[in-house]
Amino acid sequence: MAGITSIGAYLPIYRLNREEIGKVWGGRGGSGAKAVAGYDEDTVTMAVAAAIDCLNRGGADTDGLLLATTSAPYREKMSAAMMATAVDFKEESQAADFTDSLRAGTAALKAAYDAVKAGSAKSVMVVAADTRLGAAKGALEQTLGDGAAALMIGNDKVIAEIENSYSLFNDFTDIWRTDEDKFPRSAEGRFIDEVGYLPMMQSVIEGLLKKSKLKISDFESIVYYASDARQHAALAKRLKLDKAQVQDPLYADIGNTGTAAVFLMLAAALEKVKANDRILFVGYGDGADAFILRATDEIKKFQKTPVISHQIDGKINITYGQYLTWRGLVPIEASTLPERSAISLQSRWRERKTIMALVGVRCKKCGTPQMNQLGQTVRVCVKCQTKDQFEPYKFSDKKAKLFTYSVDQLMPTLNPPGVNGVVDFEGGGRLIVEFTDCDANKMKVDMPMEMTFRKMFTSRGIHNYFWKAKPVE
Amino acid sequence: MDGIKNKVAIVGMGCSKFGERWDKGVEDLIVEAAFEAFEDAGIGPKDIQAAWVGTVFSGVSAITLSPLQLQYIPMTRVENMCATGSEAMRAASYAVAAGICDVALAVGVEKLKDSGSTGVKGPSIVGDNQDGSSGIGPGYSAPASFAYLATRYFHDFGIKPEEGKRLLAQIAVKNHHNGSLNPKAHFQNELTIDQVVNAPIIAWPLGLYDCCGVSDGASVAVITRADIAKNFRPDPIYIKALQITVGARQGAMMQDYDFTHMEENVRGSKLAYAEAGIKNPRKELSCAEVHDCFSIHEMIVYEDLGFSPRGRAREDIEAGTFTLKGELPVNTDGGLKCFGHPLGASGLRMMYEVYKQLQGKAGPRQVKNPRLGLTHNLGGNAGTGVCSCNIVGNEK
Repeated sequence: MAGITSIGAYLPIYRLNREEIGKVWGGRGGSGAKAVAGYDEDTVTMAVAAAIDCLNRGGADTDGLLLATTSAPYREKMSAAMMATAVDFKEESQAADFTDSLRAGTAALKAAYDAVKAGSAKSVMVVAADTRLGAAKGALEQTLGDGAAALMIGNDKVIAEIENSYSLFNDFTDIWRTDEDKFPRSAEGRFIDEVGYLPMMQSVIEGLLKKSKLKISDFESIVYYASDARQHAALAKRLKLDKAQVQDPLYADIGNTGTAAVFLMLAAALEKVKANDRILFVGYGDGADAFILRATDEIKKFQKTPVISHQIDGKINITYGQYLTWRGLVPIEASTLPERSAISLQSRWRERKTIMALVGVRCKKCGTPQMNQLGQTVRVCVKCQTKDQFEPYKFSDKKAKLFTYSVDQLMPTLNPPGVNGVVDFEGGGRLIVEFTDCDANKMKVDMPMEMTFRKMFTSRGIHNYFWKAKPVE
Repeated sequence: MDGIKNKVAIVGMGCSKFGERWDKGVEDLIVEAAFEAFEDAGIGPKDIQAAWVGTVFSGVSAITLSPLQLQYIPMTRVENMCATGSEAMRAASYAVAAGICDVALAVGVEKLKDSGSTGVKGPSIVGDNQDGSSGIGPGYSAPASFAYLATRYFHDFGIKPEEGKRLLAQIAVKNHHNGSLNPKAHFQNELTIDQVVNAPIIAWPLGLYDCCGVSDGASVAVITRADIAKNFRPDPIYIKALQITVGARQGAMMQDYDFTHMEENVRGSKLAYAEAGIKNPRKELSCAEVHDCFSIHEMIVYEDLGFSPRGRAREDIEAGTFTLKGELPVNTDGGLKCFGHPLGASGLRMMYEVYKQLQGKAGPRQVKNPRLGLTHNLGGNAGTGVCSCNIVGNEK
C-alpha cells in the first residue's frame, strides 16, 4: 500500500526569542522562540535542505517533486523546478508548485498519494517550506517561524501507510494576503475559531472517521494544524482528545512554520510511534485535508536517527536587529565597496548544473574530480590535460575539510563578518567558497565541513543561489 | 631561444606622484609620467614609433593614450591583471627586439579613486562576477584570498597567529620606512610594529596595514635597442629578463596546492633567472621590487623567488635582510604598501625605482654598488595568478 517512505526536516539554526521581540516593543514577549531562516536562506534553500535530508534517509529515485509554500521567492517562476535542479532530480520528473494556501502542503500530499496509488508515478516527493513574515509589533511576528519538511510517497519500504483520506474546501477568510501585501492579514480571533477553524476541523475529522469506520480513540497520535498554540489546544478540548494522543505543535520552540508546520509535527510523531500505530493527520487552510496513516514494521529502522528532535533547539540566538536586516524590513546603509556586477542569464543558464547542483566533472582518464569554475566550465583536465573525457561528478553531497580560511570584513553579507575559505572534498576536488552557519571565532584548519545550498544575493529581480560550506555538527 | 637579455634597454622613465589624485584625470597622470620619461630620455613625443598602454579599468583601447598626441603610430592597450604595466613593457621590448621599431613607449596607468568606492572592483579572476558572467560565486575579498595564505602558512610552519601578525608587521614597518624617504609615494609616514598589529582587522589575520593602499598613478618607460641606447644617455638600463607565468587555476581546483606559496611566482622567477643568467638571486640581485599587495605575499615571495629557503623567511625578516641596509633590500621605494596599487601602473612604477637605483639616483634610498635589480607582480589570488618577473642591469 502506498505511503510515506521517508521524511526529512530542516530548521534553520537561528532562533529569535519572543522575549527579545517584546523588549523592543516595550511589551511582554511570549515565552519560547521562533526559528528564523538565516540571512542567506529562503523558502527554496530550506526546501532543498529538507529534500536532501529526506533522500539521505532512504528516498528512492523519484518521479516527481511537489513544493508547497505560501512564500515562494518568485510570484511567477516555479520554485519546484529550481529545487529539483539543486537536488539533482532527473529532468523527466514532474515538478510543480502548490501554493496560495496553508493547505498547499496537504493538497500536494494528496496529489502525490493519488499519483502513486494510481500508478502514474512510482514515487513522488512532497516538500513544504515557508518563511512568512508577521508585521512588526503584531501577533504574527511572535508566532510565525521558518522551516521545511519533505516526505517521500511511494510503494517500497513504506514507514507509514496512507490508509484513507478526506477533504473539504471552505471559502473562509481567516488569514490572507493580496498580491501587494508583505504581511498576512487576519480576521478577528473569535470569528475564526467559532465559525471557521473549529467547525471545519471537526467536520473533516468526523467525515474521515465515518468514511473509515474508526473512532477517535483508535489513533495513537493526532497531528493537526492550528494557527497558534492556543487554537491548537482549543481543538483538542472541543474534540475531547486524550493528551497522550496529541502531537505537540512545536510552536513554543520554533513557531508556526506555515505549510511546513503540520509536516514537521508529523516528523516528530513518526519519531515516537510504534509499528501498527494509527496517526490522524490534518492540514488546514480554506478547508481541510485529513489522512489516516498507519506505521509499518519499517518504522523501527527509520527511527534509528532523529529527524527533527535534534533540530528543535537552535544553535544561535539572534537579535531583533539582525532579524530586521536579514528580512529586509529596515533599510540599511549601503556599502561603500564596489557593487557586484549584474549576472548574465545566458551564462547562468549554461552553468545551471554547476551553480544549482554543484556538479563538476571527473576525468575518465586520470580520475581527478574537478569542480567547474564559475564562468569557466572544465573542458581540458586540470591534472592530465586530456580534452573532453569527463563524466559528471557531484560535489554537493561530498564530505569536505576546511583547508584554509579568512574572516573577511570586506565580504558583502547581511551577517558580518563574512567567513570564507577553501574546502577539500573527500575523494578529491577543491573549492573556494563562503562559509555559513558558523562561528567566525571557531574556524579551524582541517575541521569537517559540508555543503549547503544558499541564496547569494538578489539583483535586478533575480534571486541568485549557490552553495556554501558549513561546519558539520 | 636566447631570450631578451641585452637586446633592449630603458633610456627614459617617468612616474607620476601616486596617491588620491582627486584633481587629476587619467590624462593628467599619463602626461605627468610620459613627459618626465621623454625629458629623461632626451626625446620628444615625435620620436616614439610605437606605444603600448596597460590599464585594467581606466580606459579601453590605445585611444587611452590620446592625451599624448602621438601622431598616427601603432598603439595597443594591454591588460594582464596586476602585471598589466609590466605587460606593456614586455610588448614594447619585444617589438624593439624584433626590429619592428627602434623607440617604443610603455605606459601603465590606473585611476582607482574615480570608482567612488574604497576597494578594487572585485573578484577579478576571469569569469567571476564580471558583467556578462554568471557572477554568482563566493563574495570573498582580495584581502581574504591572500589571508588564506597567512592562515595556512602559520598553520603549516607552527606560527601562532599573534606571532605571525608581529612577523608580518615588520614588512609593513620596513616598507613604510622606505616610503617615508620617497616624495612620490602615496603614504610617506613611518609605522611602528604596535600600530600595525593593533590596526583594525580587514581579513583575519590581515589588518589594515597588511594591505596596500588604493591610489591613482601612472608610470612610463622609453625602450630602445641596446646597441643604440648610449646615443640617448650614458647610463641606460639593460633588460635581462621579461617573464610572464600564468596559472590555470590548478591551485584553486586541486588539493596538492599548499596555500603557502604561489607556484606562478616560483616558475616565473626560475624562468627569469635562467633568461638573465642568474644562479644565486640572493647574492646577485642588488635590489628587488616585489608585489606586496598584502604583507603575507611579500613574505611568501621571499621564499618563492629564492631569496629565503622554504619556510625560513621568518629568520630573514627578523635579521633585517630585506631592509634598505640589509643584504637584499626589497621594495626600497615603499612598495605597493606606500604607493598603493593602481593596477596598470604598478609594474612600471616598480621598474622606475629599480631604474633609478641602478643609475645611482635613488637619493636617501640608494642601495650600495647596484648591478642587477628585479621587479615582480602577481595578479589574481592564491590558487591561480599571473606572475610577472623582470630583471634589469646597468651593464650590458
